[in-house]
Amino acid sequence: MESGGFTDFLQFIFMGLQRGCIYALVAMGFNIIYSATGVINFAQGEFVVLGGLMMVTLTTGFGLSIVFAFLISTLFVTIIGILMERCTINPVKKPTVLRLIIITIAVSILLKGVAMIIWGKGSHYMRHFSGSDPFVIAGATILPQTLWIIGILGVIVVAFVVFFNLTMTGKSMRACAINRDAACLAGINDRNMVMLSFALSAGIGAVAGIIVTPIIQMDYARGALLGLKGFGVAVVGGLGNSLGAVIAGILVGVLEALSGGYISSHYMDAIALLILLLVLFVRPSGLFGSSEASRLKEF
Amino acid sequence: MTEIILELKKLRKNFGGVVAVDHMDLTVESGSITSMIGPNGAGKTTIFNLITGFLKPSAGNILYRNTDISGMKPHVIARKAIARTFQNVQVFPQMTVLENVMVGRHIRSKSGFIISVLVPPFCRREDKKNRTDAEKWLDYVGLGHESDKTAGSLSLGNQRKLEIARALAMEPKIILLDEPASGLNARETVVMGRLIEKIRKMDITVVLVEHDMELVMDISDQIGVINFGRCIATGNPAEIQSNPEVIAAYLGE
Repeated sequence: MESGGFTDFLQFIFMGLQRGCIYALVAMGFNIIYSATGVINFAQGEFVVLGGLMMVTLTTGFGLSIVFAFLISTLFVTIIGILMERCTINPVKKPTVLRLIIITIAVSILLKGVAMIIWGKGSHYMRHFSGSDPFVIAGATILPQTLWIIGILGVIVVAFVVFFNLTMTGKSMRACAINRDAACLAGINDRNMVMLSFALSAGIGAVAGIIVTPIIQMDYARGALLGLKGFGVAVVGGLGNSLGAVIAGILVGVLEALSGGYISSHYMDAIALLILLLVLFVRPSGLFGSSEASRLKEF
Repeated sequence: MTEIILELKKLRKNFGGVVAVDHMDLTVESGSITSMIGPNGAGKTTIFNLITGFLKPSAGNILYRNTDISGMKPHVIARKAIARTFQNVQVFPQMTVLENVMVGRHIRSKSGFIISVLVPPFCRREDKKNRTDAEKWLDYVGLGHESDKTAGSLSLGNQRKLEIARALAMEPKIILLDEPASGLNARETVVMGRLIEKIRKMDITVVLVEHDMELVMDISDQIGVINFGRCIATGNPAEIQSNPEVIAAYLGE
């Protein structure tokens, strides 16, 4: 393949977009639960892993079609999310943010252990959704899977906007996040809204895992780094701000890819964390967050 | 004989050693305007918090249409058509005025999460109905022209009206108003008084906590005087104004 300045640049951008979309999805998952409860769910990375591994089993193991396996894997992880909320978050007598965060760490360790027992320690391969022959654009290559990732992020963002702005349940969730007392007074069951936030968040995490697995090969221990990057992106975009998460995700992904290409690939992961630190120093509420939103929430 | 909609029986609430409400008895007739007056810290807002489930009574009962609702969760009580506003307004500042009222339609809308995802046309039809209902209530309180603004940008007087519109959108049988006139100027207070009488005419029972005596005497059917967590007198405005115990509590004789 010929290599020129612009071609290289475009190649890095493509790679950055692909990573960025995944970060954005993970960050959106963090945001949903954060908005509803004020809690950072440290098991978010595990949702991603479970989605990916389940997809591998259903497609490679059981030979299901991609579409069918996609739906079942997402549903499976959504149920895990609901179970997590009902079994570990809901029963807590005096929920404080710190207690709940520690619980999510425990759940993440548990899920990781279970995933290791079921799927083993090896990496799992899965075929790409629609072939792995790359398209060539101005000398740079882009995988069909990358287009799938970008497209699915787009669909989810649109669904998100519609759900939270145009449906009663979405409005109720927003109301509950803004003012829990007033929402209860309007007859909204706040605990159900928390459960729904875990369900949505797990579902989005699963989708991220499913679409990224053909590219990165999933294994049980991937969750920690994916979760960390997603968390960083959520903070950079402004915690609770999902549109901010999408922009920040793509920004971080592209900067990572560019620095990997032009500086050294060894420092790629460090770059994301460096951006996180810089944002925390300069704008603690995130690039798109309002200072009001960054105030500590009560559960 | 008129029907009793709400009855407090020997209601008691203590926070550790501090008794906020004690031996509180009060009956509210359906379709009436009942006011609770009393000095600051007498326990009036605590009584509202007990009725709406934000606090659990230490003893005693709260009967709503002959069923005991004491100790139920706030959202369960809200679904029984008991609405409330707060002394310091509780709107959703980042949402639009219209959306605020639509949230009040929550308990009246049938489509849950599953339906709104799986059956978009049904959901959209209901959404449209909720929207027109919400607009109707905004017009009712006189905020029809503000529907697209964010709630946080409204004046205090209008935020109070918005809170009442959200409460009315729940189609309540009884509405508890916690100092609806506090922070309003004289003219706004008169408008608020008219709004409260308009609400009663829709056959919604009103329970009012208020310091503005002119407003209270003007619109109430029954007044309960609360002092140190106890109800020291009940009666119509004329009876209360001539009650020596009430005068003593207010003037400190």
